[in-house]
Amino acid sequence: MSPLAALLAVAPALPLDKAGKYVAAAFVVFVGVVVIYVAIMGVKLQRMSRELSELNAALDMRAEAERSTDGVEAPPR
Amino acid sequence: MYGKGLRALSLATFAALTATFALVFFYAPLDADQGFIQKIFYVHVPVAIVTLCAYVVGAIFAALHLRTRDRRWDLRSYVVIHIALIFNIIGLLTGAIWAKASWGHWWVWDSPTLTSFLIVFLLFATYQPLRFSIEDPERQARYASVFAVMAGAFVPLNFIAVRAATATVHPRTFGSADGGLPAQMAWVFVVALVATVLLFALLCAYEIAAKQTKWQLRALRRRLLGGEAVAPLGRSAAPALGGPDGGGVSAGGGGSAPRAARNPAGAAS
Repeated sequence: MSPLAALLAVAPALPLDKAGKYVAAAFVVFVGVVVIYVAIMGVKLQRMSRELSELNAALDMRAEAERSTDGVEAPPR
Repeated sequence: MYGKGLRALSLATFAALTATFALVFFYAPLDADQGFIQKIFYVHVPVAIVTLCAYVVGAIFAALHLRTRDRRWDLRSYVVIHIALIFNIIGLLTGAIWAKASWGHWWVWDSPTLTSFLIVFLLFATYQPLRFSIEDPERQARYASVFAVMAGAFVPLNFIAVRAATATVHPRTFGSADGGLPAQMAWVFVVALVATVLLFALLCAYEIAAKQTKWQLRALRRRLLGGEAVAPLGRSAAPALGGPDGGGVSAGGGGSAPRAARNPAGAAS
């Protein structure tokens, strides 16, 4: 028996009847709004992560350009 | 860096919410009068309490902004009111669901508690458009803070007025003549309230960290690629944390924010 099935077996039965759908709806609203908010935060985080990657790439390009410039200008030994 | 302690707060919130749901459905006794429908109370009431308290906290932060001119307080006030509005919507929806199940109507206009909660929501719903309507960040922050203080002062007055109302069909949770909550229900309610407070604090912390990181990125882009690589600031309801060109960051931490807020040009360098 899986842990979830075992938990459900010992858990008392809920008297859902007519009220069940309203209670479920209230908890779904609560969890749903929070999940939507977290999803929006996730999208924002993705955007920031993309921007950070762009800045990293720009920094790498700049470092490479500086290295190659130094190589050309360095006097031969 | 920003978002310090977010992991611990996230874990605490998750644990508290899980414990709340388990206690609500498998520990809290059924209400003799309302039966199973009373379980909505463990979501609706903590959310409503946290919402109203958050509006007052937002007003206190706004007052601190007006007193110190530190934009970090404006950011905190904005974020607290922003999340409180979301919680207010949850409170209104769960309340309407409970009313439909209990009274047979989604909304009862005669109830001072419901109507006053809606009025508070509508009052604070104007906060974002007010901010959006003012382009200058300094004026926007100042006017929004004045509004937040006035509206925040309205919340406790409104609460007292509703409690003083004699005829109401809305159930009273605490301090009623019937003896209030039984011990088991009260214990579960306290856990639910703590979980809701933690969730509110977590969402605020995430929002503040995201806003500060966004501005930090903007400043970094400006330093690395120059001013022309940074998109000009558009009109926004969110507080501007940098200078007028959006290049600086003044809300990071430490003591730099007040100086940067007073001298935005210096912050942008």
